[in-house]
Amino acid sequence: MKAFEISSEPIDLQAFRQKLLDRSCGAYVQFDGWVRDHNEGQKVLRLEYEVYEPMAVKEGTRILDEARERFGISNAFAIHRSGLMELSEVAVVVAVSSPHRGEAFDACRYIIDQAKIRLPIWKKEYYESGKAEWVNCQRCARSNN
Amino acid sequence: MNVKVRYFAAFREATGCETETLATSAVSPAELFAECAKRHAGLASYSSSLVAINDEMAGWEATLKDGDEVLFFPPVAGG
Repeated sequence: MKAFEISSEPIDLQAFRQKLLDRSCGAYVQFDGWVRDHNEGQKVLRLEYEVYEPMAVKEGTRILDEARERFGISNAFAIHRSGLMELSEVAVVVAVSSPHRGEAFDACRYIIDQAKIRLPIWKKEYYESGKAEWVNCQRCARSNN
Repeated sequence: MNVKVRYFAAFREATGCETETLATSAVSPAELFAECAKRHAGLASYSSSLVAINDEMAGWEATLKDGDEVLFFPPVAGG
């Protein structure tokens, strides 16, 4: 298991815990991002992630390195799904272990926040109305709809 | 010079292609994007995105070289 991965298969949550288990650590923080059934007033049926893997892995690994350096945590891993996903599936997981909880919470928050704005990943939502849209692109794509 | 252009997500759907090789006199990604928007009417309505050259994030005023692969990213939405 590398520090940052893209997966087209369901994420094995237990593997994270095992990988990060460390006798010098008293804290383990894991964030799971789930596929939600609504967004901005629309009912979402399913979604699709498009990932440019070479750069997503490079940038994701960079974010994890930054988190280790900034917060002094012992270890950090993250994984993001690609492809079609159904409601309540786990889309992203960030896991951090450290001697104490404060830096583990802070690092976990940092990693997921940075991942959302820096990784070359795009989310297409399929709505109950039959429409589908790339998230964050509505404004710039208005004339195409 | 020739450059390869790669489109993702909304941009790929707007242009109807994933990659294309262009003979261009554009000196920067900004100029190249403007050229691409002229070639593909669907792309003209897009105003903001990130750009990468040869798999490294780049600025819009970076200098293009012959053989570069330029990646145009629509607004990202991971997580």
